Amino acid sequence: MTEDKKNLNRRNFLVNTLRGGCLLGAGGLVGVLARAAAGQKTVWQIDPYKCIACGNCATYCVLEESAVKCTHNFAMCGYCELCTGFFEPEPRALDSGAENQLCPTGAIKRRFVEDPYYEYTIDEELCIGCGKCVKGCNAFGNGSLFLQVRHDRCLNCNECAIAVACPSGAFTRVTADKPYLLKGTDKTA
Amino acid sequence: MRQLCYRIIILSLLLLPGRFAWAVERFPPPDFESGHQLPLTTTPAPRAMIYEYLDVAVLLAALSLAAYLVLKRRSRRAIFALMLFSLLYFGFWRKGCICPIGAVQNVTLAIFDSGYAIPVTVLLFFLLPLVFTLFFGRVFCAAVCPLGAIQDAVLVRPVRLPEWVDHVVGLLAYVYLGAALLFAATGSAFIICQYDPFVSFFRLTGGLNILILGGSLLLIGLFIGRPYCRFLCPYGVILRWFSRVSRLRVTITPNDCINCRLCEESCPFGAIQRPTTEYHIPPPDKERLSFVVLLVLLPVFMLLGGWSISKVNEPLARMHKTVRLAERVYLEENKQVSDTTDESDAFRTTGQPVEELYRQAQEIRRQYSWGGWLLGGFIGLVIGGKSLGLAVRRQRSSYEANPARCLACGRCYIYCPIERRKIAKNCE
Repeated sequence: MTEDKKNLNRRNFLVNTLRGGCLLGAGGLVGVLARAAAGQKTVWQIDPYKCIACGNCATYCVLEESAVKCTHNFAMCGYCELCTGFFEPEPRALDSGAENQLCPTGAIKRRFVEDPYYEYTIDEELCIGCGKCVKGCNAFGNGSLFLQVRHDRCLNCNECAIAVACPSGAFTRVTADKPYLLKGTDKTA
Repeated sequence: MRQLCYRIIILSLLLLPGRFAWAVERFPPPDFESGHQLPLTTTPAPRAMIYEYLDVAVLLAALSLAAYLVLKRRSRRAIFALMLFSLLYFGFWRKGCICPIGAVQNVTLAIFDSGYAIPVTVLLFFLLPLVFTLFFGRVFCAAVCPLGAIQDAVLVRPVRLPEWVDHVVGLLAYVYLGAALLFAATGSAFIICQYDPFVSFFRLTGGLNILILGGSLLLIGLFIGRPYCRFLCPYGVILRWFSRVSRLRVTITPNDCINCRLCEESCPFGAIQRPTTEYHIPPPDKERLSFVVLLVLLPVFMLLGGWSISKVNEPLARMHKTVRLAERVYLEENKQVSDTTDESDAFRTTGQPVEELYRQAQEIRRQYSWGGWLLGGFIGLVIGGKSLGLAVRRQRSSYEANPARCLACGRCYIYCPIERRKIAKNCE
């Protein structure tokens, strides 16, 4: 009986010590990471200057409809009549006929402003984030169209499936108080 | 005043080249005569920070409640209700992200990569269940983890597995944890998140492979209780260790066990251990001998494991993007392939020298050659430790829940006649 009790005590002592060790370890971890820990949460964003508009954003997002959409910085736009982000290469006519449009879902709305300028706005409900217009705009235009993660849609996965598939390493974690990397303006608007 | 002017001039001189460097204004933006106002670029805000803290608060509350329900209230029904709430909140409402299982990787990355700032909420998600496990056992698994909850909810016809299955297949979880830590520490991938089997159910959308994986785990889970938790969950491994030294833990009976055997079949997770008087155990001197032999063999296991994993560190290193890119670029530079990929094209547009890329890849490979030994050594240690644990049997005079394997689900409580008598008394 006494042997048994002694055994039990030794065991209890060991368990208590180990528990204390674990607690200390957890505390130490907090201590080590306290400096690294950001008060802010982080969100995913695309660096538009690294993005090559490969089209992975449209297909790799875990959402049925990608959280990445085309974004337009109107201040950079040339308001061209022959917009290479809007029209197919060598379009039959410069009108909004589906056969002339680059966008597979017709998400870019073209509106006449004044001669010879047209305004192009993105209908986010239709945009699938394929980046075809971005490619066209970057190739021959001002590059005012670019892809961004839209945070009203993004689930903020711990491991973004598009980031894994991104060939140019354009996906980065940014702090939630500056969740966009807009082109043209200050980079962290 | 004059100084201010100078400053403005210098500042604008500094800014101007920068501005022209990135602006590709092939067509200068027009000056509208009609006074057309430019629309603003919309930037919808992410989920507010306050809700992140709300998640942590819900986690804390759910853990506390779970500890109370498991240890004090001893009610399977209440635990199940809390489990369903967690499934709805952390699973379907919060879409399974961030979860403590995945947070393991964020913590690892933060330790090894000083450039990665881990959000406080993620750190708390990692730590809170651990601290609770240290004091109350695996109450997190019981009623808070959404991955556990979805499996527990589909468990309709539990089949008891032979004990060796738990011991052998359960080793997978250790390998998974080790690999996940290695890939996270090198900044290669978060495999726990990539292969999270149930997250696509929470989001109600996802890749086919993951849906098949999750679906088959749920199908298996109809008969074999919580297959992911028992055989795969990497966070569960840490919880198993912590639960072994927990201050309080699940007891099958509220009082002294009378060895009536009624609870024997109640645990679907094989966590109930029979008293050692029930079966044959080898004599102590024989047991001691095998213990010593295994203890001597432990370093051999570790070295063997380390050696074998370090043999495959090159394929392992390909988990890292930079290594894959460097290998691809090397092939292209040496004309071993004729075409290019999106990755290599994107790399060339950056203008980074190839040697720099090779150097980076070499650095990562070096990390992996270390990491391979560590991972293999860890696997060897786990296998050795497991055999050591099996070699010595603790004397038990009553039915006990194995602290490491018990998921604190509370199914066994009602099987105990003492518990029933207590309930009946309380009702009177």
